[in-house]
Amino acid sequence: MNDRLSILALDFLMLSLLSVGGAATLLPEMHRNLVEVHGWMRSEQFAQLYALAQAAPGPNVLVVSALGWQVAGVAGAIVSTLCMIVPSCILMFCADRFLASSRGQSLREILDNGLAPIAAGLLGSAGVLLARTADINTIALILTIAAALISWRTRLHPLWMIALGAALGAVGWV
Amino acid sequence: MQTEHPSSTSPASGPSSPGVLFLAFMQLALQGFGGVLPVARHALVEKRRWLTMDAFTDVLARSQALPGPNIVNVGVSLGARWFGIRGVFAALGGLMLVPFMLMMVLCVFYASFASTPEVAGALRGVAAVSAGLIIGTALRMTASPRMRSWRALFGVAAFVAVSGMRVSSVPVLLIAAPLSIVSAWWSQRTKKSPLPT
Repeated sequence: MNDRLSILALDFLMLSLLSVGGAATLLPEMHRNLVEVHGWMRSEQFAQLYALAQAAPGPNVLVVSALGWQVAGVAGAIVSTLCMIVPSCILMFCADRFLASSRGQSLREILDNGLAPIAAGLLGSAGVLLARTADINTIALILTIAAALISWRTRLHPLWMIALGAALGAVGWV
Repeated sequence: MQTEHPSSTSPASGPSSPGVLFLAFMQLALQGFGGVLPVARHALVEKRRWLTMDAFTDVLARSQALPGPNIVNVGVSLGARWFGIRGVFAALGGLMLVPFMLMMVLCVFYASFASTPEVAGALRGVAAVSAGLIIGTALRMTASPRMRSWRALFGVAAFVAVSGMRVSSVPVLLIAAPLSIVSAWWSQRTKKSPLPT
């Protein structure tokens, strides 16, 4: 158990400072570590835990808590969550004042301009990875495509689509 | 009905104590389904008027430039601005504590009911929708003016490497991010000091 906790800690500590654009961009890497490398959960469980985190209120980073919980219970959840956010929080705390200054302004623009395309590309990969595990039939595939188009093109609140997905799934369509 | 012009109201004052900040972040976190940021903007700027819309946009831009979940970085920045390190703990505690405990309750529920057909089906449905929501968000990001540059190719390359070729995101990031940042730095430099022709 302690082994699991320390591996979990190292995995997420490494990801923290790489999480440009948020934790979701690194979902493929988490899947790789937790499912493929360590074999701590199946791909479907990974997708279901992500779904659980999406349906719950709070910051999206809590998916990390759910994944940590699956690996090592509440201790795993606490360790993975703290390791995921503490390094990036310390960086934000230290760099924020400089970035807010007039000299920091141009550095901020450089970082924004440089990282935005990569964050978008990695986020796209995260979506494709989840779709690969989640889209087990035609209705699931249609749900994914519809959710992608609606959230891309409209301002409809995501909760409506999540509720529709849950309802269709509960009656056995997905 | 009152018209709201948050950015034109006089200097915003901020919360009166770390306790108030904690409760405010807890409240907005619990209202955030599928993303807390829009709720946070509404609660902090329009409802409580702790900061102007411009100030919020500024904090958000800095949060996006650094790694980490955006709303967590916003919490760090605002907490530090108002109450120093105590403010950081108040904002992050409010943001994370109760949603984390709720998440644990859901996980225990998941463990006992994941094999029930209705629950398993509902989760499969939500997972299918969630995948689409992420793809939609990524597509929306491509509309940003920051993509109107050849650096968009770095994004395409990262996407192809990670989702098509199953390369780990870590080396992809460690190679693409510095190159893209240097290129952004170069184009900003050449834009600011145009070469004499």
